Amino acid sequence: MEWQMLTLVGEDQPGIVARVTAALFDGGCTLGETSMLRLGGNFTIMMMVSNGRQSMHELIEPVAEQLHLQYHLDPIHAALHQHRVPNFQVRVVGADRAGIVAQVTGALAAEGFNILELDSDVVGSREQPVYIMTIQGYAEATLEALEAVLASAKDPDIEVNVSPIETLIG
Amino acid sequence: MAILEILKLPDPRLKEVSEPVERFDDELHGFIADLEETRLHGPAAVGIAAPQVGRLQRLVIIDCSTTRKPVPNHGRLVLVNPEITDWEGFELGREGCLSVPDYTGNVIRAERIKLTAQDPRGEALQFEMEGYEARALQHEVDHLDGMLFVDRLVSRRTDLFQRKVYQKGGKPRRN
Repeated sequence: MEWQMLTLVGEDQPGIVARVTAALFDGGCTLGETSMLRLGGNFTIMMMVSNGRQSMHELIEPVAEQLHLQYHLDPIHAALHQHRVPNFQVRVVGADRAGIVAQVTGALAAEGFNILELDSDVVGSREQPVYIMTIQGYAEATLEALEAVLASAKDPDIEVNVSPIETLIG
Repeated sequence: MAILEILKLPDPRLKEVSEPVERFDDELHGFIADLEETRLHGPAAVGIAAPQVGRLQRLVIIDCSTTRKPVPNHGRLVLVNPEITDWEGFELGREGCLSVPDYTGNVIRAERIKLTAQDPRGEALQFEMEGYEARALQHEVDHLDGMLFVDRLVSRRTDLFQRKVYQKGGKPRRN
């Protein structure tokens, strides 16, 4: 099956997913894996879409225009059933300052850590913003090795901890 | 001994409420041996429930003694007619299932539980469980009530503290 990655971004409002997916369905497209998040008040979505009867540009353009969304389409090499199960979780909480993500992920990359999911948020108050990030990923490295390399990313205002994920199969 | 076929989503039998076991005989013991062989045959499962192989009876096996990092556990347990009587605390953890291939996701479970059950001969048992073993037992008991972990999935961003009460699975038991 041939897939394209469809990305849509714009001001959030109720009904966007319904309108976009209805247009794709009407055009004979099939959805694969998708991820939607609201970031800074913006609607963002990435969807694996397989080609339908009509060109995807023709299907999406009118909907995107009506909903004031920017969109982007890329052909991708992709397949379903490629899930990897994470074996480590990293949590970062601290005073918001530039460079936290680069520092922590740089340390993890040095140990061959493959990030599978990452989300981060700035919470707290305007006066005292707090940065929270959770990362789930896969690494062959030991817990001790990850702890050691993350110790370098720690500073007095930032808490970084790593814990193993034991996925329960039942 | 035999390896039994595991029912996979969306098999409607996985959504049914199982009946209590009433006969503790050789036939039951033979089935338990097959169920255990089936659990050990697949990808490292710490538990299995009878309805996962199409036998709609209240029986589960769990074994949390072989995790990568050791956790508190009671070894391998064959639990007939298990009933959770007490729930305490909440914990988010990642689960997968023999009946839901190629998917894992986050589920909230009670951190500590108390339960009653019977052994394969019908003798009464009582346990207190915590953490990973409590999670395994809750996952398996859900199968007896026609619930799968995908019915309890929560988003990564779900706030644990918003949950006040742990929701029991399944439809009410028919008495």
